Amino acid sequence: MIQAIAFYIFATVVIVSAGLTIASRNPVHSVMWLILAFFNAAGLMVLCGAEFIAMLLVIVYVGAVAVLFLFVVMMLDIEVAAMRAGFARYLPLGLALAVALLAEVIIAFQAWSVGGVQLAARAAPIAPEVSNIQAIGNLLYTRYLFIFEGAGLVLLVAMIGAIVLTHRKRGGVRPQNIAKQNARQPHEAVRNINQPIGQGVEL
Amino acid sequence: MTIGLVHYLVVAAILFTMGVLGIFLNRKNLIVILMAIELILLAVNLNLVAFSAALQDLVGQVFAMFVLTVAAGESAIGLAILVIYFRGRGTIAVDDVNRMKG
Repeated sequence: MIQAIAFYIFATVVIVSAGLTIASRNPVHSVMWLILAFFNAAGLMVLCGAEFIAMLLVIVYVGAVAVLFLFVVMMLDIEVAAMRAGFARYLPLGLALAVALLAEVIIAFQAWSVGGVQLAARAAPIAPEVSNIQAIGNLLYTRYLFIFEGAGLVLLVAMIGAIVLTHRKRGGVRPQNIAKQNARQPHEAVRNINQPIGQGVEL
Repeated sequence: MTIGLVHYLVVAAILFTMGVLGIFLNRKNLIVILMAIELILLAVNLNLVAFSAALQDLVGQVFAMFVLTVAAGESAIGLAILVIYFRGRGTIAVDDVNRMKG
């Protein structure tokens, strides 16, 4: 019973906040609704028994991606009013397409039933005595090790790509050039002069 | 009453549709389009986890993690492209993106 109540609360909040994400006027509010949607989706995943993915969702999305969105929204200084133009123009087409898509997916659910997966054919059966995170770790670091490292590579490429894309050379700054500093010799940096008494130094 | 697989699948389907609708509605705002793509990927993750629980197979959760990785990389690259696009044009409306038309 409590599971059903929790499911319906989480599901309602996910759907409502997803709707407000795409419909709200201010992009900052959109980011806030997106954070709420991800939190409640994490709740749904906890109800499924996937605690690790739920915690990952909270850490990665709420902690990193949403903050990234928030930074970009606040950095860009866009006017809010101009972005809403065309909202009403695309509404009928978008709604028609969305309703068609949803109807198709739900009809597919009705026509489909779970089955055909033999117990012996499961790739990695969930053992009841092992906790979720331990089971995922066992699987991830053995059978899916190379794919896991590939995922790390994807993140590395994304990081380098983001840095390369947004980095720009700007004039007027004097950054430290360590190679130039290390290559400097005493004879070109220091000048010995025989200073006459009573006269100024000519630099 | 018990909550079965179909309940989760319907929630994920509605979420997916919301994401697609968001792409259609916010043609002037690339940031919200990126958020709508995040919603779509969230719906996919929800499907994967629901099937993983229903079929008692852990591979769905492992795969959801990889989807999460790709989604994080995609949003980072997308926002970086957005920032340089805004620097050059002063707007983030998708309708104006015709520079590469040739």
